[in-house]
Parts: sequence; C-alpha cells; structure tokens
Amino acid sequence: MSFQESQLEVSEPIDPKITPTGLIAGQSPTQLALGRFRRDRLSMISFWIVVFYFLAGIVSPILVKVGVSKPLANDQKLLNIDLGGVPNGAWGGTSWHHLLGVEPRTGTDFLSRLSYGITFSLTIAISATIVAVVIGVVLGIISGFSGGWVDAIIGRFIDMTLSFPQTLMLLALSATGVALFAKILPGDTSDAIPNGVYEVLVLGLFGWPSIARLIRGQVLSIREREFIDAARLSGASRRRIYFKEILPNLWAPVLVQFTLIMPAYVSAEAALSFLGVGIPVPTPTLGNILGDSVNFSGSDFSYFFYPALLLAIIVVSFNLLGDGLRDALDPKGDR
Amino acid sequence: MFAYVVRRCFTGVIMLIVMSFVTYFLFFASPIDPGRFACGKSCPPALIKQTDKALGFDKPWPVQWKDFAIGVVKGRDYPEDPALRKSAPELISHCPAPCLGYSQVNLINVTTELKDKIPISVSLALVAFVMWIIGGISLGAVAALTKGSIIDRGVVGTSLVFYAFPTFWMGLFLIEFPAIKWGLVQVPSYTSIADGGVWGWLSNLFLPGLTLALFYMAGYVRITRAFVLESMSEDYLRTAKAKGLAPRKILFKHTMRAALTPIVTLAGLDLAGLLGGAIITEQVFNFNGLGKLAVDSTQTFDLPTVVGLVLLLAAFVIVANIIVDILYAVIDPRVRVG
Repeated sequence: MSFQESQLEVSEPIDPKITPTGLIAGQSPTQLALGRFRRDRLSMISFWIVVFYFLAGIVSPILVKVGVSKPLANDQKLLNIDLGGVPNGAWGGTSWHHLLGVEPRTGTDFLSRLSYGITFSLTIAISATIVAVVIGVVLGIISGFSGGWVDAIIGRFIDMTLSFPQTLMLLALSATGVALFAKILPGDTSDAIPNGVYEVLVLGLFGWPSIARLIRGQVLSIREREFIDAARLSGASRRRIYFKEILPNLWAPVLVQFTLIMPAYVSAEAALSFLGVGIPVPTPTLGNILGDSVNFSGSDFSYFFYPALLLAIIVVSFNLLGDGLRDALDPKGDR
Repeated sequence: MFAYVVRRCFTGVIMLIVMSFVTYFLFFASPIDPGRFACGKSCPPALIKQTDKALGFDKPWPVQWKDFAIGVVKGRDYPEDPALRKSAPELISHCPAPCLGYSQVNLINVTTELKDKIPISVSLALVAFVMWIIGGISLGAVAALTKGSIIDRGVVGTSLVFYAFPTFWMGLFLIEFPAIKWGLVQVPSYTSIADGGVWGWLSNLFLPGLTLALFYMAGYVRITRAFVLESMSEDYLRTAKAKGLAPRKILFKHTMRAALTPIVTLAGLDLAGLLGGAIITEQVFNFNGLGKLAVDSTQTFDLPTVVGLVLLLAAFVIVANIIVDILYAVIDPRVRVG
C-alpha cells in the first residue's frame, strides 16, 4: 500500500482531557480502544445482550436449586392429549405462570427449560472454545516463533485437520468416544457428562487450526521486534519467551477469535443435537430443545419459533460483539 | 507453473495417504466390532467371526490399511481369507480399482455406493453455490455502494440474521410454511434430469438450495462489502474516475476485482465442503445423497462406508485447495507461484 499523506495527518481522534494543571493527559491504547468501543452503539447493545446471556446462564441453575424454575417438572393437565400432547391455549399455552408457554408432550414450563438450556449450551460452547483457543494459540506461537521444520510440520498438520470432514468425524466417532468417556467419567453413555465431554473435545480438536494460522501470522511479526531480541540475549528460556513475552501481545486477536468462535459452537451444539449425537434429554440444552422443537413446526408454532429466535439472537450478538471488538482494538480503527 | 501444480498434487496425494492411515487407526483400532454389525444383534459368535474373516476385519489395523491401499490402486477380491475362498469359490466377488472397501451393511461396494450418491449432492451444492454467489456478491456490492445508509444496514443485518438461524430449523421452516401452508413451492424430493427434465430437477432443488444459500451468503456479503469499500479509497480508483470511466465500468473492472481473490478462496473451500454432501440439509429434505449416507452409515456402524466418505470428502477439500491456489495466479498477476 502506498504511504499516503493523509495517513500521516489523521491519527487518533484528539480527545484531550485537560487535567487541573492544564496539561493534556495521554491515553493508553487500551483506553483508546475502550473509547472507540463505547462510541459504537451496535457493539454496546450486543455487549449487553451477551452479558445478559451469561447472567442467565449463571442464574438459572440457582433458580432451579431454589425451586423457582422447574425445568424437569411434568404437568400433563396443561396438554391436549387428543392433539398429540400439544399445549392447551394460544401461543403454546402462554399464561402468567408460564410466560413462554409449556413444552408439548411433557407440559414443562418452557421458560425454565430455555434458561436452564442456556446454562448447558454456554458451558459446552465456552469449554470447546477454550480447548480450541488454547491448542491454537500454543501451536500458533510455537509454529510462528520456531520456523523451519517445526513450522512446516505444524503447517501440514493444520492442513490435514482442516481437510477432515468435521461433522462426519464427530458423528462417526461418537459411539466409541462416548463409550470411552463413560468408562472414565461418572454416568453411562446416555448421561449428559460423557456426551458433553466428548462433544467439547471433538469440537475443540477440530476447531483450533484456523486460530493457529492466525496466531502464527501475528507471531511472525512479533518475533522480529526488539524486546524479543532482548529477551533472547538475556538468556530467557523458550517457554518464557512464548508465554511471558509473546503471549501478552496476542490478547487482542485471541479475544476477537474467542467471541467469533463461541457462537459457531452454540450453533454446532444445536446441529449435533439435531443429528442425534448431542446431550440427551432430559438435560435441557438449546440444541436438544431445538432438535425437538422442529417436530412441532406445524402444530405448535411458539415452541418451534422461540428457541430458534433465542439462538439467532445469541449468534448475532456474539458476532456483532466480535466485529465491534476487532474494530475497536485495531489501532487504525478511526481511519 | 507446471512444476508447481505437480508438486501440489504430489503433496496432496501424500496427505491423503496419511489421512487414510489416521482414519484407519481411529476407526479400526476402536472397540467396535464391524462384523457384529454386519449380521445384526442376535448373531451367533461363529457367524461374526466368519464375517470378520471374509471382509478381513480379523487382521490388525495396519494390515487392513495395507489391504485397503492396495485395493484403491489395484482393486481386490472378497473374501480375503484363502480358506474361505477354497470352500466357496462361487462367492468370490471382485471389487475393481479404485476399491474403497465393501459395505457389509448395504451389501455393495463402497465405490459404487458413493458413485450413486454423488450426483445428488453435487446438484444440491451447485444450485446452492450459484444462489449464494450471485446473492452474496451483488448484495455485498450494493451494501458497499450505499455505505452507512439504511439499505446497507438492512442488507448486512438481514444476511447475518439468516446466518444465525440454524440450518436445519431454516430448512424445516421453509418446508412447513412456504411449501406446505402457503403452497408457494412444492415440497422438494430429488428428481434427476433424466427423470424430470431440467425444470423438474431445478425446481426440486430450489428450497434445499435456498436453505444452504441463506446460511452461506452472509460471509460473501461481508467480504464483498469490505473489499469493495477498501478498494474505493485506492489511488487507482481515483485515477479511473478522473479519466472519466463510466461508473459501471469502474465498478466491474476495478472495484470488484479487488474482492475477487478473497471470494475465490472462500468459495473454493465452501463448495468443496458441500460437494461431499450437506449432511444436515440432506437429512432435513430427505435427499438421498452423500450427507444422508454419512448419517445412516454412522448409525449402522458401516465403517467401510464411513472411511470411504471421509477420504472422498478430504480429497474434495485438498483438490479445491490446489485449484484455489492456481486460480490466484490467474486472477492476480502479482501472485507468483513456484
């Protein structure tokens, strides 16, 4: 790119905070990024939706313990048995006691199920994202910093992992994988824990390559900087350079990747439930609620529509938040 | 250029070999007994053993992998076991190269099985591809040209919303409402060109294609918009404007060209992934393609089919990667290969 004159002139927006002494206070890059982020209305809205979603995930198990929300209680009285267990009343049996109606076939309060489902979906998505990000960042740093044959091997490994059909592998390995985890973890193959652990591990193990590629690119430029030379000269170990010198410079791309991968895993959990390898009922997740709700596409519209809408809101706001963060953290963001 | 292509193809083949090895390890070193699923739940142990022997499942997995690799190159004969061959020579069946194994569940050679399903998946992928490429690029360009306006926000927002709804939900929504309740389109069921003519083929692919296109389009809207906007601030665009080129010519010859490289990258990989079967969409619309075969064969533990599918899908992705890299050099003269 050509070095334009305009690039020299336009720098950060001048927002001088005049201190009492009359001096202009400087702003750190983090403060500038935060300022940029706060000015973007769409990012702020999505930020608060995401916060609300996290809060819902944390609060609902407490509500279940207290007994306010009953995601596992059946109530057949609310259902119309003649129509195949569809709730009585409009909008899936919406009433003051059941704000979003009740679930067909069981009569469980739907709001309770959805909010408790958020807890499990959130746990799975966060854990899978952590697995993917940790592997991706570690291999990305090693690959970018070492170069040479280490880089080549990790590069081929990335290519290969990307070529594997992820969904097919997840489906095909599920029987053995879940059986394996059921042996070492509490619960048998139809319980939530072995299925959840399997899902998290496989999603994470197939998700890291794109992160590793991105981090590698960043590390390639970081390793040429002076402070890395300084660390090397002062005899720092490799591990220290990787995690104490390079890693702190990567938090911005890591954060952005985290917010962009999370929604993909929330969707993936739903897709897997639809294909029959997700968390089994009665444990509610957004995925298995959605997977069941599509059976009622014609007979109970609210049951069909609400979970998909909730998932769409989550995915959209996470994506917007990720975009907003990326723009805000980009030092050239004000151009 | 030629040397580059040859080298890429060579590494591609090596990668496929390594992947087949890994796949064999993952599936055949597992405690699943393939012979068991071949003859049902109440199968006497002796029969399981015999099935295993006939299909070569009794050997350790590296040997099985070797047989498989030889089968791909030269073809192979079943049963594997010489004693079984001698006792029932009339049962010997030949699996011609490239032999990907024998499905003990569907009682058919995997290669034939895959060949039958490929046209369905490829038709679906191509129709969806055309829809999302046309939709994504034109909407992205419109959004970029009206940057900041309500049209821009509407286009970007709507495409993101369509991306956010799960594919299977969207598919069932499209079947339930536009097709069944409102009667706008027919409920699709795959018809080949030979059976229903071009129109019959195309009209049955409309809804499933749309389901996939709505999901994939968001990425293309985004990329096109971003690169068109970026190129608008470039010097060469100012020059083109200054010398009085028609706006349409500027848009198509100069602005869109910048977006072409990233679009080709994304499109190549997306299409390659889809050619191997849209697992969820085929399941929703009950299309009997590779994706549905994948779900069915994993449920019946039809391991030879699963392995064949994994390798076919991987081959699609590897070939697509090579084609994309070659296309780079064609699109962008600055790219040097070799």
